[in-house]
Amino acid sequence: MKWDEFFVTGEPMIYAAMVSIVLVSVAIVAGLTYFKKWGYLWRNWLTTVDHKKIGVMYIIAALLMLFRGGVDALLMRAQTAVPENGLLDGQHYNEIFTTHGIIMILFMAMPFIIGLMNVVIPLQIGARDVAFPRLNAVSFWLFFFGAMLLNLSFVIGGSPDAGWSAYFPLASTEFSPTVGNNYYSLSLQIAGIGTLMTGINFLVTILKMRAPGMTLMKMPMFTWSILITSVIIIFAFPVLTVALALMMLDRQFGTQFFAMQNGGMDMLWANLFWVWGHPEVYIVILPAFGIYSEIIATFARKNLYGYKSMVISMVAISMLSFLVWVHHFYTMGHGVMVNSVFSITTMAIAIPTGVKIFNWLFTLRKGKITFSTPMLYALAFIPIFTIGGVTGVMLAMASADYQYHNTMFLVAHFHYVLIPGTVFAVIAGYHYWFPKVFGFRLNEKLGKWAFWFIAISFNVTFFPLFILGLNGMTRRMYTYSESTGFGPLNMLSMVGAVGLTIGFLLLVYNIYWSTRYAKRDTTGDPWDGRSLEWSTPSPVPEYNFAKTPVVTKLDAFWFSKKENTPLTDDGDYEPIHMPNNNGQPFIMGVAFFFFGFFMVFSWWIPAIIAGLVVLGTMAYRTFEQDHGHHISVEEIERTEKALRGEQS
Amino acid sequence: MKIDHAKPLEYSTEENRLKILGFWVFLGAEIVLFSTLFAVYFTLVNRTGNGPAGSHIFELTPVMVETIVLLSSSFTIGLGIHAMRIGAKKAMMTFFGITLVLGAVFLGVEITEFVTYVHEGATIQTSAFLSSLFTLLGTHGAHVTFGLLWGSAILFQVKKRGLTPETANKSFIFSLYWHFLDVVWIFIFSFVYLKGMM
Repeated sequence: MKWDEFFVTGEPMIYAAMVSIVLVSVAIVAGLTYFKKWGYLWRNWLTTVDHKKIGVMYIIAALLMLFRGGVDALLMRAQTAVPENGLLDGQHYNEIFTTHGIIMILFMAMPFIIGLMNVVIPLQIGARDVAFPRLNAVSFWLFFFGAMLLNLSFVIGGSPDAGWSAYFPLASTEFSPTVGNNYYSLSLQIAGIGTLMTGINFLVTILKMRAPGMTLMKMPMFTWSILITSVIIIFAFPVLTVALALMMLDRQFGTQFFAMQNGGMDMLWANLFWVWGHPEVYIVILPAFGIYSEIIATFARKNLYGYKSMVISMVAISMLSFLVWVHHFYTMGHGVMVNSVFSITTMAIAIPTGVKIFNWLFTLRKGKITFSTPMLYALAFIPIFTIGGVTGVMLAMASADYQYHNTMFLVAHFHYVLIPGTVFAVIAGYHYWFPKVFGFRLNEKLGKWAFWFIAISFNVTFFPLFILGLNGMTRRMYTYSESTGFGPLNMLSMVGAVGLTIGFLLLVYNIYWSTRYAKRDTTGDPWDGRSLEWSTPSPVPEYNFAKTPVVTKLDAFWFSKKENTPLTDDGDYEPIHMPNNNGQPFIMGVAFFFFGFFMVFSWWIPAIIAGLVVLGTMAYRTFEQDHGHHISVEEIERTEKALRGEQS
Repeated sequence: MKIDHAKPLEYSTEENRLKILGFWVFLGAEIVLFSTLFAVYFTLVNRTGNGPAGSHIFELTPVMVETIVLLSSSFTIGLGIHAMRIGAKKAMMTFFGITLVLGAVFLGVEITEFVTYVHEGATIQTSAFLSSLFTLLGTHGAHVTFGLLWGSAILFQVKKRGLTPETANKSFIFSLYWHFLDVVWIFIFSFVYLKGMM
C-alpha cells in the first residue's frame, strides 16, 4: 500500500480537516501540559468508575459527534441547495450521507441517551452506583474508541460509502473497494460490544439496586423506559454483532454470505441489519419518552397521567419493535402476504404510541404549567412528533409505500420522528438534569432563544422534504437538473439548516455563559422535582446518598416535601463502600482501537499483537484483587455539611 | 463487605449475587447471538453453490467423540461445583482440571475435523453453506478456546488464594458459561450434524 492510498488525498476539504485534526490535537496536548492537567485528567476522568462522570463523558462525546454529524448535514444541504452544484462529487457525497447516518444514530443519539441514563438512573432509584461500575467504564471506552475509529476513516483510508444501512452487494468489495466499509464493520463492532454491556449493566442495576420500598410500579417513568430499553439492547445487539462479523468475513476473508454467486444471499444482510435496526429505533426513542414523562409531570406540577398504561404501552412497543423490520424494504420483492403482515404489525405500533401522546396531553390538562426551556422542548415535541408518526403510518402501508419508498418523503419522516423525538428529548433532559451534575442552571433566556431557533428551523429544514419527496426527488441523489423544479424547496431547506446551526451554537454558547455567570443552586432541587435525584445536594457527592432513602410511593420526593416527612430514617451515617478507580478500561479501549485499526487494513501481525494486548487487559482484570475503599463517617459529615450548608 | 454465611460461598455477598445475575443476562444475549448464527445457517444450508453438501463431508465418528467429550466435561464441572460447595478445594481443582483437559480434547478433534474438510476442498470461501457452517462451528470453538484460557486463570487463582467468596463466584460463573457451551453444542450436534447426515 502506498502513502497516497493510506491517506485520503485530492480534496481540499479533507486537507483542511487533516490540518485541523493535527492542530486541535497539538492544542489539547500543549494545553494539558501547560496547565499541568495530565494527572487531573487521568485520576479524575480517564480512570473513573463514577457513573456521573462517565455520564458526563458520554454527553461530551455525543455533543462533539453532534457537530461532526451536523457538519456532514450542512454539507449535504449545501450541495443540494442549487441544481447541478459542484461542491461535492458523487463519491464524497455518498461518504458524507453514510457517516452522517452512522454518527447521528450510533455515536450521537445513543451515547447521549446512555450518558443521561448513567447520570440519572442510580440517582432516581436511590443507589450509590450501577451494578458493575468497572464494566460501565469499559462500555464507555469501547464506545469512545469505536467512534474515534470511524472518524479516523475520514482522513485515513476513506469513509464508508454504502449508506448507514450498508446494503449488499453495494457494500461488498466489488462495488465498495476502499477500506471504508471495513471501518464500518469494525468500529460499530467495538462500540456495539460496549452498548451490549451497558444494557446488561442497567438491567441488573434497575432490577436489583432500587431503594427499599421502590417496587417496579413505583419507579419513575424514565427508569421504566431505561429498563425496557436495556432489554431491547440485550436482544437486538447480538444480531448486529453477527451481521457485522459476517460483513467483515465477506469483505476481508472471502466468505460467501452476501455474495451474488456460490449460494450467497444479499437479502440476508438486509434482514439481519433491520432485525437489529428497527429495535435500535426504539432504543433511541423509548428513553426519550421517559425523559418527556419526567419533564411534563414536573413542569405541569401533576403526577403523570395513566402511569400503568404508560408502562404497558412501552412494553407493547418493545415487543412490536422486533416484529416490523421488513417494512424497511417492502419493495425488495417479498410476497403480498409477507408485506401485509408487516404492514399490520407496523401500523399497530401507532396504538401504544398514541396512548402515550394522550397520556402526556392529559397530564398537561389543568396543570400549572411552567414554560421552562426543557418544558418548551417537551411541548414542541408532541405536535411535531405526531406529524412524524402519522407520516410513518402512511409509509407503513406496503402498497402506498411503493410510491414513497426511498424518496425525500421518507427522509423527512424519519427526521420528524428522530429530531423532535430523540434530539429534542436529549437536549431537554440535558437542560433539566444539568443543575444536578454541575450545581447551576443553564441560562433560561439563552436556552429559549436556542429552542426557538431549533424548533422553527427544524420545520423549515425538513417540511419541504415531504413535498420534494412526493414530487419524486429520491434520497441520496447528489445533484439534480434545474428542469426537475427541486431547486427552490431545497434552497429553503438549506436556509433552515443554517438556522439549526445557529440554534446549536447558541446551545454551546449557553454552556460557556452559564459556567461563568450563572447563579449557583444551593437547594439541589431547582425545578421543584418529583423523584429521588432531586433529594441529593447538587453537585451530587461521590456516594450519591449519605443514607439510603426509603420509598413508600411513586413521586416519593414530591410527597416528602408536601407532607414534610423525611425520606430516610433517623439513624447515624455508616461508612460507605465505593469502588476504586482503575486505568484498565481505558487501556483496553486503546488496545481495541489499535486492534480495529490494524484489522481495517488487514495487517494481520499487528492486529494479532493488539488482540493479545486486549486479552492481556482481561487477564489483568481477573487476577487483580481490588476490594474498593470505604468513605468514613467523618468525611460524609464534612461533605454533607459543605454541600447542604445550614440545612443539615 | 458483608458475608452472608447462610448462602453458598458464591452467593455470599451482594456483589457476588449481582455478578451471577449479570452473567445470566449475558448468557441471554449469547443465546440471541447463537440463534442468529443458527438462523443464518438454516437460511443458507441448501445454498451449496459448486461446493459439497453437508451429507458429503460430515462424518459421524469424530462428531460423536466431540459430543461425548464435551458432555462429560459438563458433568465433571458440575462435580467440581459440588466439591466447591462442600469446601473440598482439592477435589474441586481436580474436576476443573479434568473439565479443561476434556475441553482441549474437544478442540483438538474439532480442529482436525476442520483440516479434513479443507483437504476435501470444503473451505469457508467455497459456498454460502460452508461459510455459515464454519462460522457457526468456529464461533462455538472460539468460545471453548476462550473458556480454556479463562478456566485456567480461575484454576490458578483457586490454587493460590483458596476458596474465597471471589474465587468461588468466578468458578461458579465459569461453570455457567461452560454448561451454556454444552447446550449450544447439543443444538449443533442435532440440527447441523444429525440433520445434515440424514
